[in-house]
Amino acid sequence: MLTAVTLLTGLSLALASALIAASRLLPGRDDDAVAQVERALPRIQCAQCGFPGCRPYAEAIVAGRADINRCPPGGDSTIRALAEMLGRDPRPLDPSLGGASMDRVARIDEALCIGCNLCARACPVDAIVGIPQTMHTVLARYCTGCELCLPPCPVDCIELVPRHA
Amino acid sequence: MLELTPDRRLTGGIRLLAHKARSTAQPILRGLVPPELVIGLNQHAGTSAVPIVEVGQRVAKGEPIALPGPGISAGAHASSSGRVRAIEERLIPTGTRLRNALCVVIETDGEDLPYRGATASTWPSDRAAQLDLVRRAGIAGLGGAAFPTATKLESVAGRCRALIVNGAECEPYISCDDMLMREFPEEIVLGVIRMADLVDAPLVIIAIERDKPQAIDAIRRAALAIGDPRLRLAELPTIYPAGGERQLIELLTGEEVPSGTYPNAIGYVCQNVGTAYALQRLASTGEPVTSRIVTVTGLGVAEPRNVEAPIGTPIGWLIEQCGGYRDDVVRLIHGGSMMGYALPSDALPITKATSCIVAAAEEEIRVDFDEWACIRCGECAAVCPARLQPQELVVAATARDFDGLEALGLDDCIECGCCDVVCPSHIVLTERFRSAKRAFAQHMRRQALSAEAEARHKRRERRLEAAAEDTRAAQAALKAQLRADEAERRRAIEAAVERAKRRKRGNIEP
Repeated sequence: MLTAVTLLTGLSLALASALIAASRLLPGRDDDAVAQVERALPRIQCAQCGFPGCRPYAEAIVAGRADINRCPPGGDSTIRALAEMLGRDPRPLDPSLGGASMDRVARIDEALCIGCNLCARACPVDAIVGIPQTMHTVLARYCTGCELCLPPCPVDCIELVPRHA
Repeated sequence: MLELTPDRRLTGGIRLLAHKARSTAQPILRGLVPPELVIGLNQHAGTSAVPIVEVGQRVAKGEPIALPGPGISAGAHASSSGRVRAIEERLIPTGTRLRNALCVVIETDGEDLPYRGATASTWPSDRAAQLDLVRRAGIAGLGGAAFPTATKLESVAGRCRALIVNGAECEPYISCDDMLMREFPEEIVLGVIRMADLVDAPLVIIAIERDKPQAIDAIRRAALAIGDPRLRLAELPTIYPAGGERQLIELLTGEEVPSGTYPNAIGYVCQNVGTAYALQRLASTGEPVTSRIVTVTGLGVAEPRNVEAPIGTPIGWLIEQCGGYRDDVVRLIHGGSMMGYALPSDALPITKATSCIVAAAEEEIRVDFDEWACIRCGECAAVCPARLQPQELVVAATARDFDGLEALGLDDCIECGCCDVVCPSHIVLTERFRSAKRAFAQHMRRQALSAEAEARHKRRERRLEAAAEDTRAAQAALKAQLRADEAERRRAIEAAVERAKRRKRGNIEP
């Protein structure tokens, strides 16, 4: 009886201290969490959430600094995925944010383009090509519809059109 | 000729009322010329054909109006003579859904003048030329998907274990293949032999459901007269969906087409009897596909029958040729009662995928019951010919659980509709699977776009970082240079000062 009690107590103490030591000494899993949250996001870097990209937004979510309903292109399915992953309650998309959608692509009105190159520099995925002073165009296949090229255009020649499947 | 009677039973499937007798009482109505033709240039999976006519141009029957596009595509031809009125996007019915496609609209002149241009009237002897002719002649699977035939034949040519000719026609209401087999058995068998030669098939099985005795007799007689040793005739049990490509192969050979592949993966190719007929017409007279047999039936049409409809015929006009609508018509269906879908208008044109138009009366359509909860009876799984679990799929489909849908094999659903028919709770299953397939495809496209965007963004960041690094390095180099220059100047000044000092001391140097 005494042997059993001593053995079990000793065993549990030893294992508990091993676990505590491991959790203290081994690197934390926050990075993993950030990577997982980032994977659930559309990763198109549209910055509509108010953070400069998907990674910073993922870090803010994991750190508890941002809500999970701030990703317009991800929409409901992203919110649901995040809610499930993080054990938070799903809630509707924050309506104060923009309406970027991956179902659309930017199109440059080539007659109006003055070749200022500002849109190409704003594009987070290098989907706009053109050399300065000449017409620019959007590579629809790579365009994510993030709308980041719209504000810099001085002649408002970019619009978003439905993406053809 | 060996006759086969498969003793295997179809996995799943159900027996349905055929509703075919009404449309097979009269011979095929031929020689129709509608006042207007709307010819879709993309009636199938793959790329659109490219128009080669202009608005206002006169065209003759059979004249090419569009050449096959790149990749999977089939050419298009004027189905009657007349004038091109417009080339524009219009809604056309395809195998499983309506879609917007570029169309050539022709105002016919009623004369039906044949094209006398450069259509090859001789069947070439080498395979590449044969396939090219088939592609340009616009031959497409006339069973209902209108898949370009040349692509399908090419995918199996040279390693074909058997050519399976589909005359099963298992879906209720449709009788176009039945009538074609009764009226043109020689042409069909000759076309089948040409196909077998093209793909080098050692075995040819013509499969017909047992509820078509006249068609079976006609094909048997024609096959015996022609006497090709590769030919086999198989009488199939009358059970839906025995005529599904995968089901037919399993029924005849016992082999299952692996998930995610097509029959060519295991050396089989299925062709519809109508396609064989079209191929024979092309080979013997040089005629491209300008018409197909369409079953016009349902209690909502006065004289149900089969008609040879020029491709592009407006559906409403076609129904007028069959005595017009009856008062109790409530819905138009493209295809049969199981896999067909409702049409929003009878102004839409016939395409190569239009095997049947059902003008349904009230009593023929499914009553919209309220859905009850699933009672886990398992009937749907028992009738599923693809061996799926519809009762679990529907939960995942409703929840848009894409991982679950993939694991449950949504992709293998052939959308036959058997599960809907047997569900005692009236749960709408197939429609949900169709919409889940679309959502799944969109999900996959988004995933791909996301992955691509992430990779491109990372490359861009690396490039910007490298550029910034270059700038920093250049600036550092410039600074170092400036410092070196400065030091050099200082040294020069010091040297000059030193020389001046020495001069002052009287040590004059040159």
